[in-house]
Formats: sequence, C-alpha cells, structure tokens
Amino acid sequence: MWEILVQPFADFGFMRRALVGCAAISIGATPVGVFLMLRRMSLTGDAMAHAILPGAAVGYLFAGLSLGAMTAGGLIAGMTVALLAGFVTRVTALREDASLAAFYLISLALGLLILSIRGSNVDLMHVLFGTVLALDDAALILLCSIASVSIFALAALLRPLVLECVDPQFLRSVSGLSAMTHFTFLVLVVLNLVGGFHALGTLMAVGIMILPAAAARFWALGVSALIAVAVLVAMLSSLSGLLLSYHFSLPSGPAIILVAGFAYVLSLVFGPVGGLSGRAFPRRYLEA
Amino acid sequence: MTYALEFQDLTLGYNRHPAVHRLRATIANGSLTAIVGPNGAGKSTVLKGVTGTLRPLEGRIAFGGLARNEIAYLPQQSYVDRSFPIAVADLVAAGLWRETGGFAGLRSIHRQRVAEAISEVGLEGLEKRPIRSLSGGEMQRALFARLLLQDARLVLLDEPFTAVDARTMADLIGVIRRWHGEGRTVLAVMHDFDTVRAHFPRTLMLARKLVAHGPTAQVLTAENQFRARQMCEASAQPPRYRERSAA
Repeated sequence: MWEILVQPFADFGFMRRALVGCAAISIGATPVGVFLMLRRMSLTGDAMAHAILPGAAVGYLFAGLSLGAMTAGGLIAGMTVALLAGFVTRVTALREDASLAAFYLISLALGLLILSIRGSNVDLMHVLFGTVLALDDAALILLCSIASVSIFALAALLRPLVLECVDPQFLRSVSGLSAMTHFTFLVLVVLNLVGGFHALGTLMAVGIMILPAAAARFWALGVSALIAVAVLVAMLSSLSGLLLSYHFSLPSGPAIILVAGFAYVLSLVFGPVGGLSGRAFPRRYLEA
Repeated sequence: MTYALEFQDLTLGYNRHPAVHRLRATIANGSLTAIVGPNGAGKSTVLKGVTGTLRPLEGRIAFGGLARNEIAYLPQQSYVDRSFPIAVADLVAAGLWRETGGFAGLRSIHRQRVAEAISEVGLEGLEKRPIRSLSGGEMQRALFARLLLQDARLVLLDEPFTAVDARTMADLIGVIRRWHGEGRTVLAVMHDFDTVRAHFPRTLMLARKLVAHGPTAQVLTAENQFRARQMCEASAQPPRYRERSAA
C-alpha cells in the first residue's frame, strides 16, 4: 500500500511538485468554481478557458514556452473576452451564452492557428493539455500566489458576492459594489484559469474548477460546506489522478480531470442532497 | 408641504423605448401611496428609477433630503434566486448593510436585531432553514424582515402580495401600517384594488403617463381605470427586449 500511495512522491521530485501545484489549484480555483456554479455561469468558465488560448499562444509566439509571456497573454485575452462578451450582451440583442460561445469558438480557432504557425505538435499539446509533471519553481510560485490572492479576495468579497447571486436587485439598491463585485469575480476566474492552464492545459483547467463544485452540490447545503467539500474532492482527485498516471503511464491532466469526473458521477448517484439514489429509495421524512 | 420624492417630467425606459413618459408627481413625506395601473404601465420602472438602477432618459427625480442609503427596496419576488443555499437569518441580515457594509462582521447586537426582525414577521424557528424550503408567503415574510432591518425613511415595495396567502398579507399589511405610523414614506406597486382602498390613503395611477394622483377614493374611479387601459393600448409599442437585469 505504502509503495503504491507514497513511494512515487517520496522517490520523484516532479511528482511532489505536481502534487503541490495541484493542491494550489484545488485551493484557489475550486471555490471560484463553486460560485460559478451557484451563479449559473459554469459554461462561462468553460468559454473563458478557451478564450485564454490565443493570448497564451501570442505570448508563446514571441517568447517561446515562457511562463511570464504566456501568463500575461492569457490574462489579457481572458479579460478582453470577458469584457467584450459582457459588452455585446448589454448593447445587442444576443444573449450572453450565445455571445460567449461565439467568442470562445473564435478564440480557440485563433489560438490553434497562432500556435501551429510556429510551434511543433509537442508545444501544441503542452498548451492544450498542460505539463503538470514539469512544473518548475517559478510556475509553482505563480500557482501558489494565485491561490492565495484568490482565497483572500473571495473571503473579502463573500457578502457582496452572495448577495449578487441571491438578490442582485437588492444589492444594487443598497450599494454601488455590484459592478465591482462582478468584475472582480471575473478577474478571479481568469486568474485561476491562467494558473490552471500551466498545469492542466487550457482545455482541462476548467475541469478542476467545475467538476468538484458540481460534485459538492450533492453533498452539502451551505456555501461554506460546498466550498469545503469541493476543495476536498479536488485534492483527492489530484492525488489519485497523479497516482493513476504514474502507475499506468497515463497523461496526468486528463487523468486528474477524469477522476474528478468519476467523483461527480458517484455524487450524482449516491449524494444525499438530491442524488439519484435518494429518489429511488426515499427516506422517511423528518418531523420538525 | 415637505416632500420625500418629486418626479419632475420624469421619463424612464429601456433601450431608448420610454416605459414611463413625462411623469410629474410629488410624494409627500410620511405618505402611504399605492402605484396602480395596467400591465406594462411602468409601475416597477418608476421604482427602479427611484433606486437609481435605471437612469432617467429625461427629467429628474428630486429627493427631499433623502440619502440613497435611506431608501429600502423590495424587488418582485421572482428576481430572488430561491435555489441559492443561504439560510433565512443570513438573507435577513443583509438588511443591516447600511451599518455593516459589504465587509464588516456581524456583532452580537446585530444578531439580536436579526432575531427580533425574524420574530416580528412570524418566522421564529426558521432562522437556519435554507430559503429554498420556504413557501411563497414565508419568503415574503423573510424579505419584510430584511426591510425592517434596513430602517429606511422611504420604503419601495414591488407587488409585495403576489404569491402570498391572506393570513401573511394581513400580517405584512400590519408591518406597512406600522411604518406609516412611524412617519416613514411607503410607495407600493399594487394589483388588488380592494386592498388599496382598505389600506392605502393615496394612490398614483399610471398608464405610461400619469392618469391620476391623489386620495385613493378620487383616483380609483371607473372612469380613470377605463382611461388607463385606453392609454396603455394606444401607446402599445413593439415588444421590448428583456430587461438588462443580469450584469
């Protein structure tokens, strides 16, 4: 047992780094994912993850596989798409889901085009699927910084963010924080996606954000409980995904996300809060 | 007469389509006024203008010495996301925003006031329940508890009694009458004319434009209602796009 579970991390530095990186992403990105889900913006997260690609690709075009350039590019592209999509929804008749879909398709195509102009297929795979087993010090510091910023920002913003979800009209009537809250939240989404893409790639980064949150929904009722369960699910998925990929030589990003997906399906079936098994075998009701 | 609000040729609308046109009216300090009118008459729009969610296309609203945070607003219940996992007490506590702001914690004095407001609207024992488990009437009671904590000088209510049973309505009208007795100004969008006649001394009838404003008995006449319907049909416009409520 020890050999299967601990030995890989004891023996190999890259496994330890991967674990630290995934832990940072779990702590930072998953709570953001919980709020994405609660605000019914799960697909927005997906769209923004794709939108980051051309920015990262431009960074790559100028500086190669450089952490700084690709991070900056991803941030700029992600924020641009978030703002443009919001703008298009406000001024035209197109609804937000459609405008986001349009933007992300455009940016995905653009990103792939830019990458293939200069890069090899290996580089393309690197950007799309990440390199969790090759995280260097700088990348780890970036991931941990993003997690810290994100946790503190969410803690500070908790009340306006919750109200913005429950009763946006009320929030707007008592304070001018509504727009600022929404914008800061979008910044957090983009930040975490950019962090996540270094480890898991642009396509997989959003998985660790959304899947644990969706799984948590079947186990917990309150916001804090949701966040706790989601972070736990994300951590366990990262650990088991890394181990699976080590023992069976699978690509690690998809392995992690698949384990998280498995956790989601398990929760869907067995979760006590609105899961399928609760439907099939209703328990006696509680008497208040 | 001192006033709480004065609509000065106020024009409000969405996407440049006016929903309320050149409204002139004065809401006296401490008055209890119902806003009535056909569907699409611009009743809710006026309230959004007062809260500042909607900027006037023309004209203005003068506030008789009211600060923005002295106005409490109860939106239509359908705008509240009832599926969000939040407890009744936490939703009610949001009414303390003026004192706590967006970031400060709740002190024990605050918690005590939250408990008082909850028991005042008859929801004791439900403090920890998630809002999704409340009935329509209980939800409205919770939202009134939040209004109580806001301690506002001007209270705006948007159809407060839809989806509410008779018992709840009687209790909540009691709350409104108490506000009136305390000298607060109350402005409520209402559907049911019998309730308006029984409990609201003043009425403002809208049909995109002002139809009538004054003592309820003089405003709620058959003639005015007929005029209001005609005016709404006459100015029927192409369907407006959905409101930009989601940021």
